[in-house]
Formats: sequence, structure tokens, C-alpha cells
Amino acid sequence: MLEPIRIIYGKAAPLKLENVDTDQIIPAEFLKILGKKGLGGYCFYRWRYNEDGSLREDFVLNNPRYRDASIIIAGKNFGIGSSRENAVWALQDFGIKCIIAPSFGDIFYVNSMKNMLLCIKLPEEQVKILQELAEKEDLILRIDLEENTIKFKNRILGFEIDRVVRERFLQGLDEIEITLKHIDKIKKYEESMPSFMIPNPRRFIPD
Amino acid sequence: MAGKSIFDKIWELHTLYEREDGETLIYIDRHLTHEVTSFMAFEGLREKNRRVRRPDLTFAVIDHNVPTTDRLKPIRDESSAKQIAALEKNARDFGLTLFDLYSPYQGIVHVIGPELGLTIPGITLVCGDSHTSTHGALGALALGIGTSEGEHVLATQTLWLRKPKKMLISLEGKLSENVTAKDVILWVIRNIGTGGGIGHIIEYDGPVVREMHVEERMTLCNMAIEGGARTAIISPDEKVFDYVKGRPYAPSDDEWGQALEYWRSIVSDLDAEYHKIVRFHLDKLEPQVTWGTNPAMTVGVTEEVPGPREFDDPEEKQAIERALNYMGLQPGIKITDIDVDVVFIGSCTNGRLTDLVDAARVVLGRRVAHNVRAIVVPGSQLVKRSAERLGLHRIFIDAGFEWRNPGCSMCIAMNEDRLRPGERCASTSNRNFENRQGPGGRTHLVSPIMAAAAAVYGRFIDVRELDLPSREEVLEHARAY
Repeated sequence: MLEPIRIIYGKAAPLKLENVDTDQIIPAEFLKILGKKGLGGYCFYRWRYNEDGSLREDFVLNNPRYRDASIIIAGKNFGIGSSRENAVWALQDFGIKCIIAPSFGDIFYVNSMKNMLLCIKLPEEQVKILQELAEKEDLILRIDLEENTIKFKNRILGFEIDRVVRERFLQGLDEIEITLKHIDKIKKYEESMPSFMIPNPRRFIPD
Repeated sequence: MAGKSIFDKIWELHTLYEREDGETLIYIDRHLTHEVTSFMAFEGLREKNRRVRRPDLTFAVIDHNVPTTDRLKPIRDESSAKQIAALEKNARDFGLTLFDLYSPYQGIVHVIGPELGLTIPGITLVCGDSHTSTHGALGALALGIGTSEGEHVLATQTLWLRKPKKMLISLEGKLSENVTAKDVILWVIRNIGTGGGIGHIIEYDGPVVREMHVEERMTLCNMAIEGGARTAIISPDEKVFDYVKGRPYAPSDDEWGQALEYWRSIVSDLDAEYHKIVRFHLDKLEPQVTWGTNPAMTVGVTEEVPGPREFDDPEEKQAIERALNYMGLQPGIKITDIDVDVVFIGSCTNGRLTDLVDAARVVLGRRVAHNVRAIVVPGSQLVKRSAERLGLHRIFIDAGFEWRNPGCSMCIAMNEDRLRPGERCASTSNRNFENRQGPGGRTHLVSPIMAAAAAVYGRFIDVRELDLPSREEVLEHARAY
């Protein structure tokens, strides 16, 4: 069970790229690591590091101004591609608490929610404005899940979010526990399952 | 009242409970799992002292990490060996069937599901892998999921889902000679974009789909995720029923009549409604080749690599420049002037017997170009053995291809099979993302026929111009070899 989250407060970094796929967020070779700890070291690995291990100057999150950023403002289709949940774990271990983008890959979005990495969808124009602000000066956002607002300077932006995502963040529920309250319905389905739906090794090698 | 699509019907039959906000508890009939994305799910169960609710509906296989060279030698990569050992232990501890490194049924999870009869029409199926959409080709509702969702399915055999929107993609006309399912799906993604399918389930239909072999339909469904779709599905027909019949885990003869009755009842109604309908006329479709770093960056084989000037949007311009730079390509060069260093034939997209037969149609009587390294990685042990029984392997080996053991291999480069920095690969896999096939590697996604031709000619060629033997002829040759 994860701790409830109501407020996310932190610095925003602009990642002005579209179609950031999960292979870039964490390359496949690091999926062999068993566990979540330390994955932040490999987050955006090929974008962050040169082959000799030195930091790449052309990558925005390497800019000293954004080293302490905990919010990423990205282009559309963030997190498309592979279903690897390690991408979420890597971002979180790297210190990211929220991603704002016009759209997200479906599987990444669900994975993020399950781990309470907040993904906020905003219209493209608003995302671009936030990116520009974050480029110009330090942009500190205060995201409130109870009010569904993003506050910065003297401004307030509203955002929409699924009720179930909000509930999850505010209450920090154990989903399996909740599902098991429906155990009678699960059992009923299983009892009515025809035998052909259940895989039994009936033959050996097909012709 | 409007009719229902196959997706509506399977969804309704598997709905256990629906919250007022639309969150729906869906029963999962089949759970396939592999060594890479399952570890933390099993750890989660252990932590809470939970068991796997239905070990009889859960199957594990080792595919992502496996070396494709000699299986009897120990695995050199220590972390791969550890990850494989972890799944072996988890399968043992939780009582699951595991197709391990030495199983005659081992292979890529999306190849073995259908070929073993674990995947059948009308079921819900999940796997911790985005290419799970492959199984939709048989008329299953197949979803790629994350590790947390995987743990939830292990513990409860259910998943909380919000019903996606429905997009019908109708594939019309008739494909030209040597133009295949891979070219069709690349064309579709090129047109709808990498995010075009987000929030949707794609249903394919139309004469081109009906004409296709079931394995070709798997290629079509496999890459739906590259268009952002939640998954893809095709209403099953006689071809699918014939394909399923007699497979090791398929319904028995006694159950067959009942199964058929159910499967025929779940096909899409003629008046089913969709949120979006897209039609593609494919009479003139040419072989497709990706030139950039996502699968929507695709052009036809007779076209040229585009340049940033052709785009107005500054961000698009920037993305094109970045992709060209990574790929080491100049705008305006012809696709047929691009030389390749490596050819990879395999993966859950194109690692099935039909794909190997197609590639062999080109390779028969030809040789791999001297400066090209070419490998064939069959999708499973069954595919490999079937190919060897037919004599196909000799066609590849004689031509200078390496003939490997099954696994994900150079599609994801988690084992030793990878590109060296700067190497250019004609690949039958599904992702041309930066560094996907190895750090600095450059991927061009193509069909097995196009890949085989690239191996022989050392560059891309328009395979419509080749006079190739038919599938039957190539098999006859192989037998007589």
C-alpha cells in the first residue's frame, strides 16, 4: 500500500520532445535489474550520458537549473511503446513526482497511476506555455489533487482527472484488497466457465 | 438497437462489476507471463502472503533474455541468468506451468500462445508485454499490462479497466505481389500516427484481412500498439477455427462443437457501431520501410527520405532533424540507395513459419551479400522444428544466414544479439526507437521479404520487381534439397 498524496510541490523542467517512448525512459538492458531501487541512475540513460559516462550537455534534465526538478512538462504521447513499468519506477527513483503532457501512452498512464506517479493531461497550448515559463525562469508548481488545481506565481490552472486516479492518490488504497470484496462475483464467473475455456494439455505436438 | 462488435461482446461476457464512473472489473481467462516484467509482481504476492488464484490459467515462458546460440552452454550474462532463475523459482513456488529454456514449446510468448492453443477466440488474455495485441488475431481480447496489473491478475484473476473506444480499420482492395501484412501495418501506423490509436481498441476487417493467413493477421495485430492503440482484434472465421483445432491446449474434440458455437456468436454484428471508422484502399500499396526513430516515420520503397523542410510545425521539424541525425541519413536520398550492415529476421511480429517461408522465397538460390551479417531467429522451438522438418533451414544456412535458437533476440537486444554503434539493420521486428537494437544501432523496419532481399542485395530493393517462387514452390524445393 502506498502513502496518500494530496499536494505535489516542486520545480518543473521542460522536456520539449514528443513521442518519448519507454525505451528512452529506461533502456531494455536495465530491465534485468531485479527490483525498483537505484533505477533512477539509468533513467533517460542514453540521453543523459555520453558513451564515456560523462553527462551530455544537450539534455535538458542535465542542466544544473533543473537538477532538482520533480515535475516534467513533456510533449504529446509521453510514455508510448513498451509496457515496462520499470519506466515509472525509474522516473520515481530519479525524483520525478508528476508529468504534465497533452497525452500519454495508455499502458504507461495506468502504470503511473498504480505507483502514484501523477500524470496530468493538459491542452497542448497550456503545456507549451508552461514549457516556455519553465525555460525562462524557475517555475515552481503546487499541484493540489483535492482542488484539481495547478498553482504558480499568481495563476491557477484547473485540470481534469479520472475519479479513480484521484481516489487512489488521496486514499492510497490496496487495489487487490478492494477487488477481493467482489470475490463472490469472481467465483460465480468461474463456476459458469465452460470446460473448453480452460486450457488442458490434451495433445502433444501438433501436426 | 445497434449491433455489437466482437469487443463489446467479449467485454460484456467478462464484466463482473461496473462502477458508476465506468471502472469495470473484468475476468481474465488467460495470463501469460515472462521473465522480465513478472519479478516484482511475484515479490508483491510474497510480501502479502498471497497465492496465484488460478495457476491453471497462468503460463510462464522464458523469451526476452535467452541466448539464441547453443542452449547447452551456461548463460554468460549474469543478470540475465539471475532473471531467468527467478522466474523458474517463481513458477515452482506458485505452481505455474513454465516453458523453460529446454522445453520443446519454448519461444516468444506471443508466438507460443496461439501455436499451443493457449490463445483461443472469445477469451480475455493479458501479458506483461505491449505486443500482447498479437493474440487479437484469433479473436481474443488481449491486453498488454504493467507489473502492478500483473500482480493484480495473479492474485484475483481480474483487472479493473475502463472501456476503450472502438476504431474500425477496414482494409480494402487486394495487395500486390510480395506486399505483406507488415507493409499494411506500417502503412496504417504511418497514417494514424504513433498516438492515433490512444484510448482505442482497433478492430481490423475487410477483404485484405479475410484473405490473410492467421499468422499474417498476427503481424497486423502485433503492431497496433505502435499506433498507440490499447489492443487490436479481428472477428474469427473458419481460417481461425482450423488454425486452433488440434493444438496442444486447444479444446478437445468433445468440446469442439460447444466452442464453435460460442466463437461464432461473438463475431461483430454487421450493424456494430464504432467511434471511428478508417478505410484504407491497398491496391497500390508498395513495400514500406521505416526511415526514422518511431514506426510512423515510414515511407514506401520507391520514395525518398523526407526532410524537415517538408513540415511546418517547428516541433515536427525538430523531431525529423533529430531522427535523421540519429539514423545518419540525408533528406532526399532514395530508400533503394540505403545500404544495410545487418539483417534480422524474427520477433513476435515476423518470427512465424509463414514469415520464414516468405523470406525463403527470396533467399532460395541466392547468397547473402559479402558485407552483410544476416540472422534468422525462429519465434519458437515449434517454428524452428517445423522449419527444419520442411528443410527451410538449409536454404538459409546455404545462403549464409545464421540459423539460431528462439527468443526475442535482436528485437529488444537484452541478450548478446545486438547492433554495434552506427550499424544499420533491416529488421522484421516492431520498434525502430533510438538504441532499441543496441546502443547507436540504426533500425529500418520491413517485412520478411524486404529483409531477405536486403540481405541478398546489401540494400533495400523493391521486391515487387522480383520474380519469386510461391510459398508452395519454395516448400517443394526445401523438401527436395
